[in-house]
Amino acid sequence: MKSKPEELKILRKKSMLKLKTYIPGFDSISEGGLPRGRTTLLSGTAGCGKTVIACQFLAEGIEQGGDNVVFITFEEPPQDIRDNMLGLGWDIAKWEKEGRWAFVDASASPEENVIEAGDYDLGALMARIEFAINKIGAKRVALDSLGAIFSQLSQNNVVRRELFRITSALKKMKVTSLLTAERVDEYGSISRFGVEEFVTDNVIVVRNVLTDEKRRRTIEILKFRGTTHQKGEWPFTIVPGKGMYIIALSEMQLKHISSKVRISSGNDVLDKMTNGGYFRDSIILLSGATGTGKTLTATTFLAETCRRGERALMFAFEESNSQLTRNAAGWGIDFENYEKQGFLKIVCAYPETMGLEDHLHHMKMVIEEFKPSRIAVDSLTALERISTVRSYREFVIGLTSLIKENQMAGLFTATTPTLMGGSSVTEEHISTITDSIILLRYVEMFGEMKRGITVLKMRGSLHDKVIRQYTINHEGLQIGSAFRNVSGILSGNIKHFTPHETDRLQDMFKGDES
Amino acid sequence: MNKMKVKIKLILYITGHTSKSLRAIKTLRDLSEGELKDIIEIKIIDVLEHPQLAEDDKILATPTLVKTLPGPIRRIIGDLSETEKVLLGLDIRYIEHRKISKS
Repeated sequence: MKSKPEELKILRKKSMLKLKTYIPGFDSISEGGLPRGRTTLLSGTAGCGKTVIACQFLAEGIEQGGDNVVFITFEEPPQDIRDNMLGLGWDIAKWEKEGRWAFVDASASPEENVIEAGDYDLGALMARIEFAINKIGAKRVALDSLGAIFSQLSQNNVVRRELFRITSALKKMKVTSLLTAERVDEYGSISRFGVEEFVTDNVIVVRNVLTDEKRRRTIEILKFRGTTHQKGEWPFTIVPGKGMYIIALSEMQLKHISSKVRISSGNDVLDKMTNGGYFRDSIILLSGATGTGKTLTATTFLAETCRRGERALMFAFEESNSQLTRNAAGWGIDFENYEKQGFLKIVCAYPETMGLEDHLHHMKMVIEEFKPSRIAVDSLTALERISTVRSYREFVIGLTSLIKENQMAGLFTATTPTLMGGSSVTEEHISTITDSIILLRYVEMFGEMKRGITVLKMRGSLHDKVIRQYTINHEGLQIGSAFRNVSGILSGNIKHFTPHETDRLQDMFKGDES
Repeated sequence: MNKMKVKIKLILYITGHTSKSLRAIKTLRDLSEGELKDIIEIKIIDVLEHPQLAEDDKILATPTLVKTLPGPIRRIIGDLSETEKVLLGLDIRYIEHRKISKS
């Protein structure tokens, strides 16, 4: 009731223009859905998921929008579609029985031999479409795929003219329709046979690009005539049992509520270094070379959560559940017990098992189901190697936003490629997103490897600026005093000063102070 | 002459009385008169009136001529102005040849 009348007016106007698709992420990138009462062309190469998207548009329309739908198929026979979509959780046969879904089967029969003798038009098809729409009072129509009809009939100009007639008839019937078409190249002409010429109002392009031996699916709204949409390509994935899931970064807004509540890291000295602990809804990046105690710090962080009776979630991409539990036991933390009590959940997966988009979707599902108050990802760098820099960045932003939206604390670990000093791609991409950065570094001192910890940044809080020595023993991380007489730890280019020299320098300024 | 008694069953799907429909009907009439008179059986369906029949038979284009008997089922689309192709499609070319040579 708080909304001003003008805002309501704008909202109403917007909803009149667009029909919500209910496809996750799509309504956000399209700023409300598909243009209502119009035809939209969905163009893409083979295997990019056109049929799934078309079916999802209808299925979500039935399930969430309460609309009846018609599916006109030129390519696959209805039985194939029924079978395939059952795997995505859509029981088309049931909807058909309920009179909510109707097929217009215009697929080619392989055993039939068609002879063309003279002029023809697609009047019968048109009559069937109109009949099906009127019979069940359909609001949504999908047509899959336009290219297939060109291969059924030889007179392409006739087909093109007739399809134009059909699209205008669909518009006249005020149904919102999605037409799919094949395209030859990922970045070439919009579609084969030039079908875009007669449905030029709205064009969506779906891509399935192969980069670095990885398939990456993206969706782009090329144009929506007379209405707005988000620009550019958005990554998406097709999830078994759900369908298309678009990672719409535009959906994420920088308006997370910030809290001043501090939470303990599980390590007293580290809490002191951060001036009382991390903020409750912050992202902490823990950077260090292999063996510097990143997993240990993450383990302590999670154990602290469980000890407080809150739920903690760990995504492990490098070690297995039993390995993590064993290591935790070595530091006196009983992960097994916490897991049994339901305070802890460890999700282990090799990064290579799926694409980043799928990882993100999977993590989202787990987070929504488990509702943890803290999350650790060990390590984020492991995910770096399975994707392109671009999709990695999108993944990190997506994950960060997901964690912040849910008001959780997130601890990411990042492995530096070099032992001494150095930074990784992870840090480059997310250092500005994270609220706190803690560095764990090796320090070589007189032929001995020591370890140093420092809080590099902490948003909105004072923090310890010195680099402290630490050791790892059976009780975990033992942070000691600051390094003295050493410089260049972070750059990996360490210089030692003999005590004699520093004393001498201090002596030099003594005179000025007095 | 025994072969001549084989029934040929045809269904012609049309959309209303367009020029194409009328041309197709006329061609069929011409065919069914004369020698084929006794063996040919034609049914005309207007898909605008019976869209469900068109759906059942998966008719896309109009006019479409479907030969249901004798098998195999064959479809001929178009206004049937290319008579040669029609006859070829209906497997009655030899009969027609005789008819044409007579006239």
